[in-house]
Amino acid sequence: MDMKNNAPKRKKPPVSAEQRVFLGKLARRDRLVAAMRLAILLGFLLLWEIAARTGLVNDFIFSSPSRVFAATVRLYKSGELFYHIGVTMLETVLGFTLGTLLGTLAAAAMWWSPTLCRVLDPYMVVLNAVPKIALGPILIVWVGSGIKAIVVMALLVSTVVTVMTVLTGFNEISGEKQLLMRTLGATKRQIFIKVVLPASVPTLIGALKLSVGMSWVGVIVGEYLVSRAGLGYLIVYGGQVFKLDLVMASIAVLSILAAVMYYLVAFLEKRVLGDR
Amino acid sequence: MAEESSRPGAGGTEQMSGGAVAEVRDVRLVYHEKSGETPAVAGVSFSVGKGEFVSLVGPSGCGKTSILSMLAGIVEPCSGEVRILGKKPDPRADLTGYMLQRDHLLDWRTIEDNVLLGLEVKKRINDETRRYADELIGLCGLSDFKRHYPRQLSGGMRQKAALARTLAFRPELLLLDEPFSALDYQTRLLLAGEVHSIIKGGGYTAVLVTHDISEAIAMSDRILVFTKRPARLKREIIIDLPGAEGREASPMERRSMPAFNDYFDLVWSELEGGLGDGYEE
Repeated sequence: MDMKNNAPKRKKPPVSAEQRVFLGKLARRDRLVAAMRLAILLGFLLLWEIAARTGLVNDFIFSSPSRVFAATVRLYKSGELFYHIGVTMLETVLGFTLGTLLGTLAAAAMWWSPTLCRVLDPYMVVLNAVPKIALGPILIVWVGSGIKAIVVMALLVSTVVTVMTVLTGFNEISGEKQLLMRTLGATKRQIFIKVVLPASVPTLIGALKLSVGMSWVGVIVGEYLVSRAGLGYLIVYGGQVFKLDLVMASIAVLSILAAVMYYLVAFLEKRVLGDR
Repeated sequence: MAEESSRPGAGGTEQMSGGAVAEVRDVRLVYHEKSGETPAVAGVSFSVGKGEFVSLVGPSGCGKTSILSMLAGIVEPCSGEVRILGKKPDPRADLTGYMLQRDHLLDWRTIEDNVLLGLEVKKRINDETRRYADELIGLCGLSDFKRHYPRQLSGGMRQKAALARTLAFRPELLLLDEPFSALDYQTRLLLAGEVHSIIKGGGYTAVLVTHDISEAIAMSDRILVFTKRPARLKREIIIDLPGAEGREASPMERRSMPAFNDYFDLVWSELEGGLGDGYEE
C-alpha cells in the first residue's frame, strides 16, 4: 500500500545537468516545429502573391493575398465585417449548444428505455445516412428564410451524430457500477444522475467537439440556401457577382473563426478533463 | 476432525432459524435468455445467524453469486423464500450491504464522498451518519486520504474505501462477492485480516463468496460447499479454529494452525466431489 499521493506535496528535486540538456533539446524541437508552421503559411502567401503579380495566374479569378487583405479592410471599414461574423457566430453557437442539448436529451431517453432505443434504431440509421442538405428546400418552406431556418439546418446536421455518440457513451458505462448503485438502493434516475452522466463527461465533450464542426457545416450550407447575412451569404454573393476577393476574404475569416472555436472547445476539454 | 460434525454452539441451521439474520428456504433460480434457460440454483436452504461469518464455496460459475444477488434483493428467486430479518430483501431497505470484486469507486468523487454514496442515494446524510462514516474511514486507516481521489490510492486502500462505503449505512448483513480476488496476493492476505477484524469487531453478520479455499477457512465460522451449477448445498463445514484464551483468531493466525490444513483437505475433497456431481447430471 504505497502512498502515491505524497508525490505532489514533495519538493521538486534539483534539475541535473543532463536533464537540462534534454529539456533544451525538447524546447529547440518545439521552436523548430513552430518556425516550420509559420514558414509554410508565409511561403504559400508569398508564392501566391508573386504568381498573381507576375501574371502567372489571373488575379481576377485567383485573387491574391494583398487583394484579399484589401477586401477584408473594405468590409471592416463599411462596418459589415463584424455584422456578418456576428450573424454566423450566433447561428453556429445556437446550432451546437442546442444540438448537444437536444442530442443528449434524446440519448438519455434512449438509454432510459432500451425498447424505445430499439424502436427508433432504423429511423436513426436513415436520419444519419440521409444528407441533411437535401432537406433544405423543405426547411425554407416550413420555417421561413431567416436565422431560424439556418439554425434548424445546423441542428439537423449536428443532432443525429450527437445522439449516436452520446448514446454509445452512455451504454458503455460499466454495468457493474450500475449494479453497485442498485445494491445501494438507487433508483434509475439516481443511477443516471450520479453515475452515468458524470462518467460520460469525456463523451459529452467529444460530442460537443463533433457538434461544433457539424454546426459550421449546417450554418454555411443554410446561409448558401436562404440567408441575407453571414459569411456563407458573403461567399455565395461574392461568387454570383464575381468578386473573388470577397469570397476569399470571407473564407479566410471563416477559417480563423473555425480554428478559434475549435481551440476554445479543446481548452474547455483540457480544463474539465485535466483533473481526471 | 471431530469439530465439523459436532456443530458446536451457534452453528447449525436448525438452531439458527429463530434469531437468523438471513434465511434461505428451498430457493430455486433459473435464468431465461433467448438462447435457452440456465438453472442457476436448485433448492438451496440455509440460514445465517447474527454475528456469524459464513462463506459460500463452490466451483466457479456454480451460482454462488446468484445466491448473493437474491439475498441483496436484486434478483428474485423463481420459487422458495429469502428473508432478511424476516423481511423480503429490498435494496432500498438498508438491510444488506454488497461488496463487489472490484471497488467501483467513482473517480470524480473524493474518498469521503464515495463512502457517503449509499447514504446519499438513500437521502440519509446528516450529522450523525456523517460522523459514523468518518469513524469508518478512520477504522479503515483512510483518515489522511478522505479528500483524495480514488486514483491516488492503491488497490488495497481502494477496496477498504469500498468496505467503508458498504458499512456506512449500517446494513444488517454484509454480502461480499470475492472482494479480494482482484488484488495481489500480499495485499489480499493483509486486507483479509483487516476486513475480518473490522467485521468481527463491529459485530457484523457477513456472507462471503469466494473460490479461494484458504481464504474461506481463514475468515469464516462456517463454510457452505456447493455443487456445480445448478447450485445445491453439498456440505456444511463448521470451522473451529479458536485463538488463544478464547478470543477470536485472526485469519493469519488461523492459517498457521495445524488444523488449517485438515480443513483445507476436507473442503477440497468436497469440492472435487461437487465437480463429479455436476458431471453426472
